[in-house]
Amino acid sequence: MKLWSKIVVLFMVIVMLAGMVGCTPAATEPAAPAEAGEEAAQPEEAEQEPVTIRVLTMQQAGYPVEAMNEVADRYMAETPDAKVEIEYVAYEALHDKISTAMATTPPAYDVVLVDDIWYAEFSNAGYLYDVSDKITDEMKAGIFPSGWEITTVDSVVYGLPWGIDGMYFYYNEKILKEAGYENPPKTWEELEEMSQAIKDKGLVEYPMVWSWAQAECSICTLVALLFGNGGTFVDEAGNPTFNNAEGVEVVQWMVDSIDKGYTNPASISYLEEDVRNVFSQGKAVFALNWGYMYQLANFESEESIINGQVNMALVPVFQKGLDQGIETATINGSMGWSVANASENKEAGWEFIKFLTSKPIQDEYSKYSTPAWQTSYEGENLDKLISYSEANQVLIPNYVKQIPFAHVRPKVPYYSEASLALQLALQQALTKQKTPQEALDEAAAKFSELQEKYQ
Amino acid sequence: MATTSLRKQDAKIGLLLVIPSLLIILGITLQPVLSTLYLSFFETPLSRPTGGVFIGIENYLSIIKDDVFWATIWRTIYFTVMSVGIELIFGVAVAQLIHSHPVGWKILRTCLIIPWAVPTVVNGAMWRWIYSADYGALNALLLKIGIIDHYVAWLTDPLTAMNLVILADIWHSFPFIALIIQAALASIPEDLDEAAAVDGANAIQRFFSIRLPLLRSAILIALVIRTVEAFRVFDIIYVITRGGPAFGTVAISFLTYFETFTYGHVGKGSALSFLISLFTLGMAMLYIRFLYKPEESRL
Repeated sequence: MKLWSKIVVLFMVIVMLAGMVGCTPAATEPAAPAEAGEEAAQPEEAEQEPVTIRVLTMQQAGYPVEAMNEVADRYMAETPDAKVEIEYVAYEALHDKISTAMATTPPAYDVVLVDDIWYAEFSNAGYLYDVSDKITDEMKAGIFPSGWEITTVDSVVYGLPWGIDGMYFYYNEKILKEAGYENPPKTWEELEEMSQAIKDKGLVEYPMVWSWAQAECSICTLVALLFGNGGTFVDEAGNPTFNNAEGVEVVQWMVDSIDKGYTNPASISYLEEDVRNVFSQGKAVFALNWGYMYQLANFESEESIINGQVNMALVPVFQKGLDQGIETATINGSMGWSVANASENKEAGWEFIKFLTSKPIQDEYSKYSTPAWQTSYEGENLDKLISYSEANQVLIPNYVKQIPFAHVRPKVPYYSEASLALQLALQQALTKQKTPQEALDEAAAKFSELQEKYQ
Repeated sequence: MATTSLRKQDAKIGLLLVIPSLLIILGITLQPVLSTLYLSFFETPLSRPTGGVFIGIENYLSIIKDDVFWATIWRTIYFTVMSVGIELIFGVAVAQLIHSHPVGWKILRTCLIIPWAVPTVVNGAMWRWIYSADYGALNALLLKIGIIDHYVAWLTDPLTAMNLVILADIWHSFPFIALIIQAALASIPEDLDEAAAVDGANAIQRFFSIRLPLLRSAILIALVIRTVEAFRVFDIIYVITRGGPAFGTVAISFLTYFETFTYGHVGKGSALSFLISLFTLGMAMLYIRFLYKPEESRL
C-alpha cells in the first residue's frame, strides 16, 4: 500500500507540475517568407469552394464594429465565394495576439491589422506576406508616401496603408467660452493659464485628461509633447535622445500638471477610451486623442452628453518649441492591413484588404478614420470627402493641417520591449518613484542595450 | 492469506483499467512540461519556436540575477498571502454562519455562489468600473457617506492599486473556501459539539478546540488550491490594471507573459514558467508538511 501511495503522490505531482507550466507555444515553424509572387498550389476544386478569410483587428480607434462589419458584408455581397470572419480585440492585446497566432502554421488569421511600430518586428519574424509585386501604379501614386513608409520595410511592401491617423487636439468650445476664451490655446503654457481660469470659475475640476496608462498610448502623447518642445525620440543613428533636456522638461511638465490640478490624476491609469469617456461626459475641457473621437463625442448622443460642443485645433506646442518655429507637433499613429505569410488563403486575403483599403471605401468611412489616399484630399475630391459627413467638415480640414507635423516612432524590431521600458519610466516619474531624469535615463540605457543586442 | 491475494488481484485489475486514461493524461500533461523544460535551455524567439540557440542554464541565471524578477516575486507573495489569508478568514466565518442555520441561510448559501460563478475576466471588468476615478461606484459610495470629499483616482498609486486588485480577487474567490469549509462542517458529528457543550465549553471554545482542528483537511485542500491559483494570478490584473501603475501590480505570471508574448523570448519565458512551478510546488509541500495529518483525514 505504501508503494501505491507513492505512485499516486508521484502522479499527482506530475499533473500539478503540468498544470503550472502554462506557456508553451506550439512548436511549429512558420513557413519561410515566400518569394514574391510565389503561391502554394491550390487544388482546382478548392477554387470553387467559398474561402473563409479570418480577420484580426482592433475595437478601439478606427472603424467601429458596426462599420467594419458593414464593409465585410459589402465585400461578401460582391464576392460570393468569400466569407469574412472578423475577430475584434483591444488595441493593447493586438500585438501579442498576432505574435501568438503567427507562431503556428497555418496561423489562426489570414488578415491582420498591423500598427506602424510592429512592421519591422513582424517582417523580421517572417509573419507578413510580401505584396511588393501586387502594388499597382494607381496605388503607388494615389496613396500618401508616408503611408507606404508605414507598411514598407527594407524596400519590401508588407501591407496596404489604412487610416493615416494622428493624435488631435480636442477642446470643449462651450466651457472654454464660459471661461472667457474665444480661441483654443496655441501653447501648453496658454493652456495652463486657461485651465486655471476654468478651475477658478468652478467649471471643471480637472481641465485636462490624458491617456498616460502603462500602455503604448502614453508613448504616443509623449511623442506629441516631446516634438512640440523641440525634442526628438532618437537621433539619426537611432540612438535614444528622449532623455535629453527637452524630454526631461516635458516629463516634468506632465508631473507638474497633475500636481497643479490641471490634469486629471486618473490619467495615469487611463487609455484612449477612458479619455473619450471622461471628455464625452463633460468632465474635461482639453484632450488629445485619435481622429475617431470627434464623430463619437460631437455627434452621437448615445456616446456623449456634449454633442455640438466639441471642436478641434492644432496640437499646441511649448513656448520653447514655438520660439524655434515649431507650430504644432503630433504622433503618427497610422496602421496597415497585411496578409499572414503562412496563410493558406493569401490571395483571398489580399483581395479583401485591397477592397478594405480602396479609395471609395476609405472615403465613405472617413468620419471614423481618415483615408490614406492623397488623391482624396485633392481638388473636387476634397469637397466630396468633406461632404460624406458632418464630422468631416471639421475633421478633414484639421487633418490636412495636422498630419504634416506627425512624427513617427522608431521602426526597429525591438520596439515593443523598448517601448515597455519607456512606459515604465513614465509611470515611475508620474508616480514620483523616480525623477524624470532618472527614469528617462534608465529607459534610454535599456533602449541602447536592445539596440546593441539586435545589431 | 486468501483475502490478501484477492486484494492484490483486485489491485492489478484496477491498475489495468486505469492505465489507458493514465497514459492519455500523462501524454497530454508531460509533453508540454518536457517541451517547456527543453525550450528553457535555448534562446528561442517566438517567431522560430524550434530554431533557438542552446545556451544551457543562461536563461535561469539571467532571471535569478534580475532585480525585476525578485521584486515581482515579492509582489506576488504579497498578493498571495493577503488574498488567500483574508479569503480563509472570511470563508471560515461565512461557512460557520451558514452552518449555524440563521434565518435565510439557504438564500445566503445560494448567493455565495454568484461571485464565484462570475468569470474572472468579467469580475475584473466589473471592478475596473467600480474603481473608476470619474464614474466609479466606489467613489460615489464613499462620497455619499462622507468618507471622501472629492473623487479619488484609486488606481494611480502602486500599493493602493495592488490592494484593490486583492479586494477584487477576495470578492471573487472567498466563496470557494466558504463552500468547502461549509461542506466539511456539515460532516462533523454533532455529538462532539454537544458533549463539549455539556462539559461547559462555550461557543468560541467549541469552535477553536473541536471544529477547527477537524477542519484541518478541508482547510488544507482549500489553501493548496487557492495558493496555487493566487500565485499564478494573471487575468484579473490584466483587466483591472494591466500591471500598472509603474509595474506595481505585475505578478510573476504577468512577467512571464510579457517575456514570452510581448518580447517574444520564449526560452526565458519557459524558464520563468519552471521557476514559478518550483515556487508553487514548494508552497504546496509546506502546507502538506504542516497541515496534513493522515489520522484526521480518515475521520
